[in-house]
Formats: sequence, structure tokens, C-alpha cells
Amino acid sequence: MKNFTHALIERNVVILGVLTLLTVAIGGLVQIIPLFLVETTIERVQGIRPYTPLELMGRNIYVREGCYLCHSQMVRPFRDEAERYGHYSLAAESMYDHPFQWGSKRTGPDLARVGGKYSDDWQAAHLRSPRELVPASIMPPYAFLDRPLDAAEITAHLRAQRAVGVPYTDAMIAEAARDLATQANPEADAAGFNARYPRARQALFDANPRAVTEMDALVAYLQMLGTLVRFSDVTPEQLRQP
Amino acid sequence: MALKPETDAVSGVATTGHEWDGIKELDNPMPAWWVYTFYACIAFAAVWVVFYPSLPFVRGTLGYTGRSDLSRVMEAERARTEPMLARIRAATPAAIAADPELRGFALAGGRVAFANNCAGCHGAGGQGAVGGFPSLADDDWIYGGSFDAIQQTITVGVRNGEHPDARGVAMPAFAQAGLTPAQIGTLADHVLSLSGAGPASAPGAALYAENCVACHGDRGEGNRELGAPRLNDQVWLYGGDRAAIGRTIANARAGVMPAWGSRLDPATINMLTVYVHALGGGEQ
Repeated sequence: MKNFTHALIERNVVILGVLTLLTVAIGGLVQIIPLFLVETTIERVQGIRPYTPLELMGRNIYVREGCYLCHSQMVRPFRDEAERYGHYSLAAESMYDHPFQWGSKRTGPDLARVGGKYSDDWQAAHLRSPRELVPASIMPPYAFLDRPLDAAEITAHLRAQRAVGVPYTDAMIAEAARDLATQANPEADAAGFNARYPRARQALFDANPRAVTEMDALVAYLQMLGTLVRFSDVTPEQLRQP
Repeated sequence: MALKPETDAVSGVATTGHEWDGIKELDNPMPAWWVYTFYACIAFAAVWVVFYPSLPFVRGTLGYTGRSDLSRVMEAERARTEPMLARIRAATPAAIAADPELRGFALAGGRVAFANNCAGCHGAGGQGAVGGFPSLADDDWIYGGSFDAIQQTITVGVRNGEHPDARGVAMPAFAQAGLTPAQIGTLADHVLSLSGAGPASAPGAALYAENCVACHGDRGEGNRELGAPRLNDQVWLYGGDRAAIGRTIANARAGVMPAWGSRLDPATINMLTVYVHALGGGEQ
């Protein structure tokens, strides 16, 4: 041990590399392992389901347009947030988010519970031209989302999600394209769709019956955010933090 | 690069012993204030670990958790506001408005709830927006501007599919119901004439009588039971030019409002009712 000095570590790149790896690994394990074991991060909550194909495409648009740069999806357990946004976010509510959209900055409001707070018409009109509805808004307009949705690869998107752990069934993957069209058309027969995605809402999200647009997808996604868990059904005991 | 600590001739301070191309580094000690602050931080952390959750699976003796702390804060706030909120909840909006103390409380609480929940569509001052977002600051009510009507509309919403008693009936899309573009143009002209914005015409009146009278009334006075807006005033939800009215007739409109009864507690809805009633158009 007499020769195992600071000078030796500094000069021998192999020893330096091995010891660095060891040190970082210990730090990483201390942070990561508890997350797989602590109850609040692994609690199961009723009502959580994977995104429907249309919602998933909307979520991809949300990521593509960088919405997360200005909007968080994380209601923190503070009174001011509970009063404004509702119940604090649960880990389970983003369990099928790959990657999660918690964000880190609120230039605009938190969107974790925006679903159902406004009408579909409002969401579409607001995305097209935010200042027509909220004069003080600094959000950019997204009127170009009224173009047709390119959903040719929806099946591959579901497969990719399954590969990272989202429990899409074979039936969900096989019916993905049809489910996507079904959700955007309130007239379509939705028996299978409703069985696969409980409480998913069918609508003309952009009020345009002629095409499934990116606007349809994004509004469908926004309108389901935070709506899966019915907090009236959740008891405080289930949310007890050990 | 051997380590050869030596004393710097100029400053009299020992060097680290490192040398880079003739440049040496003085090994000044850290300032005492910094060292003591550092030790104090370590001591503080040791105390913190005992009381607060900081290591995995160690809860700390105070039993603090983020969630329980929130419950405590919310409970304390509830204890503070509940005496007034209980009175607000128990009273009708009309009774709240008649009592100066309750009215002041309701207007303040309603203003906050309105800004959070209603202003997105109806505007910060209740002025509304073109595109189907009605003004709440005028006396042109679609479902009525009495305390009871406002309270009911907030509670059940409009065409939302959430509440079984949601307001609003479906307007037919007359382009699909058989009207030709020319007929729709004629009808749009007639609708404009109801508010004196153009001449009436016999063919327009006939089309109006056949398709629109049942809901919008003989003279376009509207029907609050059905939520059919007045057509004989200058207030337009979706634009009042001929083209916009034509689009409304052709494709129909179906504004949606969420049912706030399932999102807000009854006291908040009462406060909102009083606040909206006071925006400018409240009716008795």
C-alpha cells in the first residue's frame, strides 16, 4: 500500500479509469436503486392505461414541437400548485411516458392536468392563434398543425413503446391504424377500441371531419392529460408515503 | 514531475510542489471563515440526517414527508377558510349577493377561481372571444343570466358528454340537411336582416320559418331553454359577417363547456356564480 499514492493514480490511466468507474457506480447505485424499491415511485394506481395510437402520435408532436421546454407536466405537492392545478402528480401517471415530459421550466402553465379543462374547440383555436384567446400569451402559433397526420408508422411506434416496457398487446398493435382512425371519428364503431383503451374519448378534436390532422392528435393527447386517475376513487391510504 | 514542496521566495508561502513548465502553485491555506463554514455545513447535514428523510429508506425522526406536509398545510388552510366557505356553501348565490360580508368574500374568491378556470375561454374580464366563447360581461345570455341559471350552467356545462344534464341541444348542419349553398346565402341575408343589418326577403323569411324558427324564434329572439342564441342583436359568437353566418348555418356550431360541478367544490361554484353575475349582465 505504500506505493498506492495519489501520484500513482494520477499517472496510471487504467487505475484511474477503474477507480473512477467504481466511484461513479457507487454514487449511481445509491441514487437509482431506491427508486425501484421506494413505494411512492412504484405504486400502482387504478386507471392508468397506455396511450391510444392517436394520443401517442399527439405526444410525439408534443415532443417534436418542444412543448416541454415551456410547459411542465408535474404538479408538485405544494398548496399553491394543488389549488391551481389539482392533485399532485403521481409517479404512476407517467409510467408509460418514454421519455417522461415532466419538464423543468414553466414559461406557460403546467399541463399535467389540463385534460378536460377546456373544450376541444378551445384547444384547437388556442394552438392556431394563442393571442386571439389569451391576449397576454407569448406562446407561438401552431396553425400549421392543421395538416394531415402522417401515421404510416403508427404500428412501429407502438412496437417501439412495447420494446421499452409499455404493455401494448398484440391486438393493440395489430389494430393500431384502425384505432387511430376510430378515435378521430365519433361516428365510427368503437366497441373494440373502447375495450382496448378504457375511457378514451372519440371526437372530431379539430372539428374537421375531412382528415385526421396533427391537430387532432395533439388535442386528443392534451385532452387526456391527467384524466386517467379518478382521484375521487383514490383513498388517502393508497397514497400514504411510507 | 517529482513533488518537491518548497517555500516561495517572494511570498514566503509553501508551494504545492507541482511544476508546469516552470510555473509553480502557492499552497495558501483556505481562509478560516471558509473552513469553519464548511465544518458547520457538515455538522448541519449530520443533524439533518437525523431529523429529515435524506438517506434511502431512512425516514428521519420527525416523520416528515412531502405528501404529509401538504396534507397538513391544506388542513390548516381549510381550518382558516372553512367558517366562511361553509356559509357560502349553505347560502344561495342570491342570498350571498345580498349579504355584504358574504358578497365581498365571494367576489374575491370568485375572481381567483375565474382567473384560473374560466378566463382561458371567457377572457380575463369575461369579455369572451370570437369563435364560440361567449362574453359574460353583457346581458346577452344564452342560457340565462339569473343566479340560478348561471349556477346551473357552471355546474353542468354545455354539450360536454360528462354531465347527464349538460346544457345545449345540437344544431343541425344545414348543408347536410339539404340546403343548397344559394339557400344558405339567402338565409344568411335574412339572419342579418333580423338585426337590421340588411333587407329582409320573402324567400329568406320562408327558409327561416321552415328551418330556424323552432329554436331561434320568430324574430330571432333566441330560446334560453334550448340554448339557441339571439339572432336579432349585434352580438355574434362566431362572427357576424355574411360568410361567417353562412358557415354557421352550413356546418352548425356546438360550443362545449366542461361540467365544473365535478371539478370545483360547491362553495367555489357559488362564488363564481356571484362573480359572473356581477361582471355586468346579471339578471334577477
